[in-house]
Amino acid sequence: MQQMAKSSVPDRSPRSSVISASNLDLTFQTNDGPVHALSGIDIDIGKGEFVSFIGPSGCGKTTFLRCIAALETPTGGQLTVNGMTPDAARRARAYGYVFQAAGLYPWRSIEKNIALPLEIMGYSKSDQDARIARVLDLVELSNFSKKYPWQLSGGMQQRASIARALAFDADILLMDEPFGALDEIVRDHLNEQLLELWARTEKTIGFVTHSIPEAVYLSTKIVVMSPRPGRITDIIESPLPAKRPLDIRDTPEFLQVAHRVREGLRAGHAYDD
Amino acid sequence: MKNSLPILAVLAAIVAIWYAAVAPMNIRGALDVAERSGAEVVPPASVDRFEQPIWRLMIDNPGHVAQGYSLDRPRLPTPVQVGRELWKSTGEMALKGRAMSKRSLIYHGWITLQATLWGFALGTGLGMAGAIAIVYSRVVNMSLMPWAIISQTVPIVALAPMIIVLSSQVGIEGRTVPKAIISAYLCYFPVLVGMVKGLRSPGAAQLDLLRTYSASGLHVFLKLRLPASMPYLFTSLKIGIAAALVGTIVGELPTGAISGLGARILIGDQFGTPLAIWAALFAAAILAGGLVTFLDFAQRVTLRRMGMQA
Repeated sequence: MQQMAKSSVPDRSPRSSVISASNLDLTFQTNDGPVHALSGIDIDIGKGEFVSFIGPSGCGKTTFLRCIAALETPTGGQLTVNGMTPDAARRARAYGYVFQAAGLYPWRSIEKNIALPLEIMGYSKSDQDARIARVLDLVELSNFSKKYPWQLSGGMQQRASIARALAFDADILLMDEPFGALDEIVRDHLNEQLLELWARTEKTIGFVTHSIPEAVYLSTKIVVMSPRPGRITDIIESPLPAKRPLDIRDTPEFLQVAHRVREGLRAGHAYDD
Repeated sequence: MKNSLPILAVLAAIVAIWYAAVAPMNIRGALDVAERSGAEVVPPASVDRFEQPIWRLMIDNPGHVAQGYSLDRPRLPTPVQVGRELWKSTGEMALKGRAMSKRSLIYHGWITLQATLWGFALGTGLGMAGAIAIVYSRVVNMSLMPWAIISQTVPIVALAPMIIVLSSQVGIEGRTVPKAIISAYLCYFPVLVGMVKGLRSPGAAQLDLLRTYSASGLHVFLKLRLPASMPYLFTSLKIGIAAALVGTIVGELPTGAISGLGARILIGDQFGTPLAIWAALFAAAILAGGLVTFLDFAQRVTLRRMGMQA
């Protein structure tokens, strides 16, 4: 699993798996009886991949992301992150997590918000400042470091929260519908920026969305899920090139992938009814 | 200022109602004074006047209605009379260098303020400690919270004398300590409730975020729960300090107290000097207003420094 370190050329295809789930199950015990949130999830996510999870609400896409982050505990099956249990991986600062709501602290300026994980993890003040400057530059918010969240637009807030997740150099970025609450134009722009950021940082990204164009545009791998019980109905390796201008969305290849995602979603729904 | 206009309008209405009420409230007193000075009043005998409703007396004695506004011992003094009495027992005495005389409301206000601040500090400390315990411990939440609510249903006027008697039994000299306890008893509750709400205000996503950093409980408290509770805390503190003042004044009411605004109110009642009661009442109100304004200012400064819009 660690052989990757030897290779200096970023290589996205080999299966050095960073996140690996086999036959993963998660059942919530609720007052209305057990809810089967995840059932028989099998997936390998390689280093440097951009994997989108797409599906209707209740399909367990967010739950699976939370399992990877050790925010939920699976009730069956195997799940490793960087070869460790999710809990150990979290302690090893394996991932940064971006929530649907930016969740910036209103009493902290943007730079102080980004400092939050660094303070908790005990980075020195000078190291903090250097990291804050670097990630602010990465998300193009350098001029807003002293501003407070309420002084920023929704898109900028979300960029700040991505910067916060990047600040401590985790290899994995987990994003739970990060642009779900933003309008289409802002979302397009952020998608473009995210791809650029992914290319520069070579992170492994797990991305939850319910937008087909977004999933197809961003991902190297698209995981289609369906609800009750939450399971994977299709895994699509994207044939699209790594370099993706926004108008790639009008090409036949793109539409073909989007069509296959749609088919997968429809199949899941038919089962549901 | 645009903001002060509605406040001034309400104030003007209160003053107008007050002035209008002075005449009917004082008509009997005015007629008594007039009768004693030999003027003609209808009906002439005080006993007979008791039988008459006040509006009747006002109609029958239109010439004496105005006297109700300048009585020495009015049932209801005018705002000007109260203001004059207040000035006589504060500013004027201070100018003569007798601010700390036993007849000065500055002295009595100071006594009351001391006990209030002690009680406020004690109550705020207890309230915050209780809130932290409630938020962090399910057992405390289930055991302490109901008692906190029950404690506020006990009438403080019934409890105050007992606290004074009991504290003298255990050898506590003077009244400051029992008064502070009574005042703390009233003011810990809003602080407790507000802090519990404030400490619990961060949502699940906020807490999850800190979990992804493997943050310790102390970090969650210091970096998230405590700062998130600040707006709630200040709101509670403003209610708390007003409650603390009420508690102190109630603690000064039981017989035996000779200093403090509460004692002034009681003594004024016993000696039939309504002006003294009203002056003490206004002194208490001004004191409360000053304390709340101070906390309001502290809130603005703190929240602004925290980047939040107050």
